[in-house]
Amino acid sequence: MESGQRFSLFRYAAPNVFYPLAGRLAPWFAAAAVGFTLIGLYLGFFVAPTDAVQGEVYRVIFIHVPAAWMSMFIYLIMAFWSAIGVVFNTRLSAMMTQALAPTGAMFCFVALWTGALWGRPTWGAYWVWDARLTSQLLLLFLYFGFMALTRAIEDPRRADKAGAILALVGAVNVPIIYFSVKWWNTLHQGASVSLTKAPSMATTMLMAMLVMALASWAYTIAVVLWRVRSLILERERHTDWVGEVLDAKGAQA
Amino acid sequence: MLSVFLEVLRRDLLLAWRNRADVLVTLSFFTIVACLFPFGVGAEPNLLRTIAPGVLWVAALLATLLSLHRVFSQDHTDGVLEQLLLSPEPPVLWVLAKVLAHWLTTAVPLVIAAPALALLFDMTQSATGVLILSLLLGTPILSLLGGVGAALTLGLRGGGMLLALLVLPLFVPILIFGAGAVDAYLSGTGANAHLMLLGGGSLAALALAPWACAAALRIAVE
Repeated sequence: MESGQRFSLFRYAAPNVFYPLAGRLAPWFAAAAVGFTLIGLYLGFFVAPTDAVQGEVYRVIFIHVPAAWMSMFIYLIMAFWSAIGVVFNTRLSAMMTQALAPTGAMFCFVALWTGALWGRPTWGAYWVWDARLTSQLLLLFLYFGFMALTRAIEDPRRADKAGAILALVGAVNVPIIYFSVKWWNTLHQGASVSLTKAPSMATTMLMAMLVMALASWAYTIAVVLWRVRSLILERERHTDWVGEVLDAKGAQA
Repeated sequence: MLSVFLEVLRRDLLLAWRNRADVLVTLSFFTIVACLFPFGVGAEPNLLRTIAPGVLWVAALLATLLSLHRVFSQDHTDGVLEQLLLSPEPPVLWVLAKVLAHWLTTAVPLVIAAPALALLFDMTQSATGVLILSLLLGTPILSLLGGVGAALTLGLRGGGMLLALLVLPLFVPILIFGAGAVDAYLSGTGANAHLMLLGGGSLAALALAPWACAAALRIAVE
């Protein structure tokens, strides 16, 4: 009985079982991402009222906030998969971690970029050394470090394990970095504009933002599934089942 | 068990003594980096006094970074690392000994040289004292975390740059609290909180980093 349960729990940890599942799921998540993005942007750009204080420029939050949430959350998921990989020694979890990293870095960059575009008219500067901005920038460096390390190691097994250790060390440090930067900032200068003290948000704004957050979730899942499929094919290219998959694709084309 | 620790420590210190030039180069690098700043920002004494703690801490950070490859790379090339990993002794012990040797041969000379550099920046004596204390409490974290980075990048092409990218973001909190300790002391709020956080960070790194380091070494040698 117990072996049966274990079997079902780890069934999809095998790359050859996960590969077709990822292929079936990815288009659905991609479709959901497109749908949610259209709804969210429509709500955000046409339905939500103009902000009394900031005017139209506030509408960048419908991209900015979900991107910032996602960039932080993806690092946590990477640490989660790394821990799974270290404990259970599963190959797929390391592939998931590596598939997540570029998307996390992308969202991090989008959050910084849109934040700069919002900051210029609102704060009068593209960049201030605010705690949130600074820790987001450091998070981007953590993503770059992870990607650089896993790309620099040629042996995939070593790359997987080294990446897992780095992701875990980074995850322990992320809260330390955040609070230290926050403290540093309050010691040096008062916060320019506090996002947390913003006047309570209109319901439509909140709805648009949540829909956009769902869209970025769906996008992340879809992209990661596709990327993981490529990684699986690359890593398992010497096995028979990959040969069969590629032969079938060749026959289709 | 303790004998392994002491033996590895003794060996690494002896190796460092035989290659004393390396230690001197690190020290010279520290001095030169700190001396570059007045040329860049101007020699106005008030300005120099304000930026001194930050400059000395950044210089210490960079000097430590450039010396990190010494912790494991030579043992990696001549096979000692493999033998140590094959031995029945717990890796955490000798990893700790190696990191301690690195700290003694890199950070301690920096701490000794720091007062002389503080003179160049016209820091007051008491502020220099706080700076030294913050360096003493903070540099163990640099060696410990840096050791993890050095183990992860062992034998990789472009290892030096990669190491910088990996560990510098993690060093930011240490820089904040280290330089912040002097600033807080000068502003009258007292440096206690900063120093205690640095000390606490050192203890936490001491407890956790050797394990990560040992795991990274096993992967590197595999």
